[in-house]
Amino acid sequence: MGESILVTSGKGGVGKSTTTVNIGTALALSGKKVCLVDADIGLRNLDVLMGLENRIIYDLVDVIEKKCRVEQALVRDKRCDDLCLMPAAQTRDKSAVTTNEVRWLIAELKEQFDYVLVDSPAGIDVGFQNALSGADQAIVVTTPENAAIRDADRVIGLLEKELDTIPKLVINRLRKQMTKDGGMMDVDEVVAVLAVDLLGVVPDEEQVIRAGHIGEPIVYDNRNMAGRAYRNIARRIQGEMVPLMILEKEAGMITKMKKWLGFG
Amino acid sequence: MGKVLKPGVVIKGTKDGLLFYLDDSRPFSAVLEELKHKLENTHAANIWDGPDMKVIIKLGKRQISQVEESSVRELFSVRKNLIIQGFETEGKHYLQGMEAGIEIKSGTVRSGQVLIHNGNLLFIGDVNPGGMIQSSGSIYVMGALRGVAHAGCHGDTNAIIVASLLRPTQLRIADVISRPPDQWDESETGMRFAYLSDHQIAVEKIHQLGQLYPDFEWKANRRRFS
Repeated sequence: MGESILVTSGKGGVGKSTTTVNIGTALALSGKKVCLVDADIGLRNLDVLMGLENRIIYDLVDVIEKKCRVEQALVRDKRCDDLCLMPAAQTRDKSAVTTNEVRWLIAELKEQFDYVLVDSPAGIDVGFQNALSGADQAIVVTTPENAAIRDADRVIGLLEKELDTIPKLVINRLRKQMTKDGGMMDVDEVVAVLAVDLLGVVPDEEQVIRAGHIGEPIVYDNRNMAGRAYRNIARRIQGEMVPLMILEKEAGMITKMKKWLGFG
Repeated sequence: MGKVLKPGVVIKGTKDGLLFYLDDSRPFSAVLEELKHKLENTHAANIWDGPDMKVIIKLGKRQISQVEESSVRELFSVRKNLIIQGFETEGKHYLQGMEAGIEIKSGTVRSGQVLIHNGNLLFIGDVNPGGMIQSSGSIYVMGALRGVAHAGCHGDTNAIIVASLLRPTQLRIADVISRPPDQWDESETGMRFAYLSDHQIAVEKIHQLGQLYPDFEWKANRRRFS
């Protein structure tokens, strides 16, 4: 019996899908059986980020309408055998499923997998309610911007009402330089406002967008900071204690010399 | 004789409904008798059988107990079209002992959530932007107040709002609404409180509270300086 984790944010475009794919891949790379469920019916994109678009035959709505079995709709990842995707229907919309049907599907998937990650659509309406049904835990993704934090706060309030566990927070797209000069909220401020446990901080990197463009999750890149951040998050989900990464770039030779000489 | 007795119950009509002024200079039981007579007297009753009417009961300077409140409500229950909207006492809460008591609640009021409370409220935790805390009495926040706070929401103009970190999106006391300046002075840390002065909301440092509200001040302190 596995665990189901909802990935949500309230606001759109903060990186829910990217986070889902990367955490899922990282969990699968550490030997767990993982299923990603795209609950954004009508606007599916997990398959694109994973480069699996052309392998989809059946989708989530087909399973719920009993047009196929659960196994038939699952798409195995091309790089990692332990990772599967349950794609959303692109030709239907959010009203095609009910909360009870989604709850049944998630329960079925939990029988087969260690982790079931549900990628929620943006917003707090029907699509979100559907994605929420059947979730044991939730991860709230936010960027350090006021608008995103406001929506994340709203969503945390709703999740606290629906779930038995307190949601965890992932801060995405943090720019260390900007937090230093005050152009962006820093990690401590965000955590202070939202008052939930921090699961991880992902730096803003160009490579993440490139990786999404070619359909290969950033976690495969071991040297990348964002990729490492996602691996750390996956380890924390499995109960390991991993310290937060220091996001600053390695100081250059000259800066080090200056510091050493006392000019720093 | 020759002394004209002021009526115990004066009824005034406004466009929002009826105002019942209950005289505060005579015993409440006598006022109740008169109210009973007015409500049940069939000669005057033709105005009572109209459409639904909202009623506000003005108690003058008198504060009543919960038992007295329910007896007033009972009297009004004979007139189905009269709906009691509230009781008002000048400058105070209408119920006895309400301003002395304080209730404690804790947690976080998040965006989209509203905490509604009757009486004075000590809230331990944060009120986030987009969240709202509303109380008929004063509001004391031990934590950051970043959302909207509405004290004295039934018209108590003496209500105050106190917060460890006062960074509200909006403050409301009774029916006055105010918005803080767009740019807060970041050096303004420390506890602050907001109160109503001259139909405007003013914010002061916490040590001013004792001077503005001598009732609140610690007694031993007062004796030493006077």
